[in-house]
Amino acid sequence: MQRHFDIELTDLKEKLLIMASHAEAAVTNAMKALVERDDDLARGVKENDTVLDQLEIEIDDMAIKLLAKAPLATDLRLITVAMKISQDLERVGDEATTIARRSIELSQEPQLKPYVDLPRMASIALEMLHGAIDAFINRDPEKARAFIPRDKEVDEINRQLHRELTSFIVERPATITRCLNLMVISKSLERIADHATNIAEEIVYLYEARDIRHTGKELFPEPRKA
Amino acid sequence: MTPPALQTMEKAPVNTTSQQTTAPLIETKDLCLRYGTVPALKNVSIDIGERLVTAFIGPSGCGKSTFLRCFNRMNDLIDSVRLSGLIKIGGYDINTRSVDVIELRKRVGMVFQKSNPFPKSIYENIAYGLRLQGVTRKTELDQVVERSLVKAALWGEVKERLHTSALGLSGGQQQRLCIARAIAVKPEIILMDEPASALDPIATSKIEELIIELKREFTIVIVTHNMQQAARISDHTAFFYLGELIEYDRTTKIFTNPGKKQTEDYVTGRFG
Repeated sequence: MQRHFDIELTDLKEKLLIMASHAEAAVTNAMKALVERDDDLARGVKENDTVLDQLEIEIDDMAIKLLAKAPLATDLRLITVAMKISQDLERVGDEATTIARRSIELSQEPQLKPYVDLPRMASIALEMLHGAIDAFINRDPEKARAFIPRDKEVDEINRQLHRELTSFIVERPATITRCLNLMVISKSLERIADHATNIAEEIVYLYEARDIRHTGKELFPEPRKA
Repeated sequence: MTPPALQTMEKAPVNTTSQQTTAPLIETKDLCLRYGTVPALKNVSIDIGERLVTAFIGPSGCGKSTFLRCFNRMNDLIDSVRLSGLIKIGGYDINTRSVDVIELRKRVGMVFQKSNPFPKSIYENIAYGLRLQGVTRKTELDQVVERSLVKAALWGEVKERLHTSALGLSGGQQQRLCIARAIAVKPEIILMDEPASALDPIATSKIEELIIELKREFTIVIVTHNMQQAARISDHTAFFYLGELIEYDRTTKIFTNPGKKQTEDYVTGRFG
């Protein structure tokens, strides 16, 4: 039996998917603006962030109204998870805005080095984000779970980039501003991967009713050191 | 609605609204009702919108059922009832002498807590009211019976056994039959007094879905003790306490951010 409540839940899910596509586009465009030194595109990312802010408010409002109807089981988890996912997506938008802002500053000076690691980080973070949302649509917690370990790859590139940029600063103090901007961008991409991880964990909770947050070490043990 | 039998009266000023945008179908102004010397309703003023579901909530004895029964003058049947104030439906005062109560009850149907089908066949339960209205052609009766059962989401379950006793239906089916019977005579308003309180969750869910469907065509006023039900199905909610209308607003407002502390305490289960 199709319930009216199901129609309302579908509206909520659709709004979440719209928000996810805006968040993905924001990250993609912010990175394009950085690599292609396109200030107009970067400014567009900053301006469009209000769309994500507004969607977060709308989703929370819908969720509160749906919670007042006393949903249970999967319905209850969907609504609470939707509120968390919308918050993560809004933060993804904020990080994209940070990248866009720093890319405008970077484009004022000559490019320090070819961008290799940052686009790689962005590509993994976007894959994670996209995969988590796909898992949401396809009700596939296994797929969501499979993306979680990739967060470590992004963390590792971030650490490596920090080491590299630190040595740049030591060797050539004139590059400090550019290096700091790149460090901030690297950190933003690392945070985007964290938000994608959160979303993946939320999808697992939605479909399996299992809370796998803060269990990373047990679920994905690191190889023992000799 | 322009019933010739109803006396025209000047429209009362809007007193208590729930931020509805259309003109109210039901209006009350300073409505007071006593059972003998015991006051049951105290100066209740409310505007109820057309083709909306309006829920009345409140603890037992708060007057919500009494208030509901004012809209089709069911309280006339109780000798000790004394009424003052104004009730208008479609702009007409329903308590004037010139009002034909039978006609009024055709326009304002009612479904009760306990399903009360006639001890007749499913078909006759619906055809009975129509025959009283003078409909005798079988094809017309057949059409209305089918249409009413379809609207009440019961047709698929009973179409093969229309001429068997209505008393053989389950509780939930009997209640939907009563709704089909109420809508067969094309009322404008359907009053429902806890229509799902005696039903299991599946039957309750069917009644709730039905109510949401029916508001496309009818104005529904429902008394319920189940606040989640009110939240699920109603557009506007009125909270009553000790015979007074405490708060009346959009349902989402009442259940997410009520304006009065008494409402907040009731909906959060702190009293009542």
